[in-house]
Amino acid sequence: MAIKGEIVIDRERCKGCGVCLGACPKSVIALSKNVNGKGYNYAEAVKDECIGCASCAIVCPDGVISVYKANL
Amino acid sequence: MNSDIVKPENLVYSRTKVLTDATMHYCPGCGHGTTHRIVAEVIEELGIQDQTVGVAPVGCSVLAYNYFDVDFQEAAHGRAPALATAVKRLNPNLFVFTYQGDGDLAAIGTAETIHAANRGENITMVFVNNGIYGMTGGQMAPTTLVGMKSATTPYGRNVELNGYPLRLTEILATLPGTYFVTRQSVHTPAAVRKAKKAIKQAFENQKLKKGLSFVEIVSNCNSGWKMTPVQANKWMEENMFPNYPIGDIKVEGKLVEGIGLDRLVVSSPLTVK
Amino acid sequence: MAKELKLMKGNEAIAQAMIASGCDGYFGYPITPQSEVMETLMAEKPWETTGMVVLQAESEVASINMVYGGAATGKKVATSSSSPGISLMQEGLTYLAGAEIPCLIINVMRGGPGLGTIQPSQSDYFQSTKGGGHGDYQLFTLAPASVQEMYDFVFEAWDIAYKYRNPVLILSDGAIGQCMEKLYTRDYVPRWTEEERRANAPWGTWGKPAERGHNIITSLELDSAKQEVFNHKLQAKYRVMEENECRYEEIMCDDAEYIFVAYGSSSRISMKAVQMAREKGIKVGLFRPITLYPFPKKALAERAKQVKGILTVEMSAGQMVEDVRLATECNVKVEHFGRFGGIIPTPTEVLEALENQIIKG
Repeated sequence: MAIKGEIVIDRERCKGCGVCLGACPKSVIALSKNVNGKGYNYAEAVKDECIGCASCAIVCPDGVISVYKANL
Repeated sequence: MNSDIVKPENLVYSRTKVLTDATMHYCPGCGHGTTHRIVAEVIEELGIQDQTVGVAPVGCSVLAYNYFDVDFQEAAHGRAPALATAVKRLNPNLFVFTYQGDGDLAAIGTAETIHAANRGENITMVFVNNGIYGMTGGQMAPTTLVGMKSATTPYGRNVELNGYPLRLTEILATLPGTYFVTRQSVHTPAAVRKAKKAIKQAFENQKLKKGLSFVEIVSNCNSGWKMTPVQANKWMEENMFPNYPIGDIKVEGKLVEGIGLDRLVVSSPLTVK
Repeated sequence: MAKELKLMKGNEAIAQAMIASGCDGYFGYPITPQSEVMETLMAEKPWETTGMVVLQAESEVASINMVYGGAATGKKVATSSSSPGISLMQEGLTYLAGAEIPCLIINVMRGGPGLGTIQPSQSDYFQSTKGGGHGDYQLFTLAPASVQEMYDFVFEAWDIAYKYRNPVLILSDGAIGQCMEKLYTRDYVPRWTEEERRANAPWGTWGKPAERGHNIITSLELDSAKQEVFNHKLQAKYRVMEENECRYEEIMCDDAEYIFVAYGSSSRISMKAVQMAREKGIKVGLFRPITLYPFPKKALAERAKQVKGILTVEMSAGQMVEDVRLATECNVKVEHFGRFGGIIPTPTEVLEALENQIIKG
């Protein structure tokens, strides 16, 4: 049994501010090289090490991150 | 996406339903968005969406009413505490909050703020202090630090020309009408948790009818400060926090231990490093 | 309190009428010559009887914004002041009009400009009827000429304010505010129940139930195309007011060869001048606008057809006279007579002015 987390980012609403990057204890998030419809380099999970702590979602000014957590 | 994890029963955090679906107009990384979200989360957690009336300011958060799914009034510049006073007095069962920036609350609305606080209105005031007028293009605010550059202090705020920065939160703490006065920030997960706890307390206090609850959020203005969001948060920690110290100032109607005259009376200008 | 004969000041009548008409809240700031309004309310303590809230604010700016906040929850809210204080309220008034918030404002006018005097005046006509604040808006403006009307118009103001979702201004002056007269009180109108408030103000910010979207009270619209549409809507509302709500009184006009046009205190003085003229054999009548906005243009134009000349009598340098000239389209001679800065004209002066400016002139 291991606690695993996963985040779902609403790419279109993300403004790419990058505040979540520093909040993540596992450095899971990075800004994409691609842009969304508004031209922002949106945040995305780039590693499979999320622990579902929700720190990224808590600091997200636009509330675009949903966090899931499960015992697998 | 791992479909074993992303299931409704595993959801631990999502956008509160007390925020509308509207995309906020704030600049990337702006603390207004985070502050909106935690105020909305508090309203959801307290189960008071149907009993809450907000009052929006003039400034960057002028459109706050579009983002909260609660009844809202838009005030003239600086007058939110006057509106909130009447909303609460005529509807004592409602939870009433104002949401204002530093220009609105600490410059043009100073009188309304101080008198609402001094009357001990049973309302919650949320004050976002980013040391600048954001919406109009980054001009000097009452909270702009000495030496800090803005559109109207292009060479830095100069005491001889512009006077001193105003710490209105400390002034409010000295008034008998305030019950809870605190200063928080929303730039890290820990800070957001503390700020949210403070806002929750400030809303719950309305039930006690013991006076005004005031929560200052020291925030960033990366556009106005001309920095990236992450740089702005760092600059805020290094420059804003020493001059606008984070923490409770008055709790349950009493000044927090250690908050003495030296803290309440500013004897030297609040200056950028 | 049922119908009862009482003696009181105009300012006291305003306060008593607020309580008796089911007003939910009053927010004010002291200024001469209307301070008795709040003094009476504070002495009556209506919060112990009807539940009406009364609060002394820190300024007129705060008072009018408290009116905004309270009235935007669908409650019947009022304030009162005198000229300099009303000037301070202009920001609030344009926001109230722009957000379409029904409410009641009373101006007990004094002499200006600036701090001016504390004596009666009527020099705020332009400010009241032409929009003292910015933007295209109108206040529904009622001009009482007696203590009885000070009382009655408060009752009527709520109906008008809610019918049109518009601020109503009672434009009085220091003479009517301060003078004592008899008046008949009316039966108490209870304050609205919670259900009545919700039914009368479905737009109000009284807490969003699950079954409706959030109500927003604002005068902001960043999209200028939408703002123009909104302005058209406001203007359409004003046209309906102009069509349906004009009020005026005509005294001894049927056979009149000349008429005075005067409102408020000036109409009382002019009435005496009418009597004096008639004793001299001059057929004079009085046309008294009761609504200053909407101005009773049609009725005045109709009456003007039969007369040789019109003298407007105002305690100002000549403000309403412009509306009288517009209404009569220069088909008849219209002159102005006024004393101002706090001076009240005598009936003799008014009659002399008629003789000199209109009859001989």
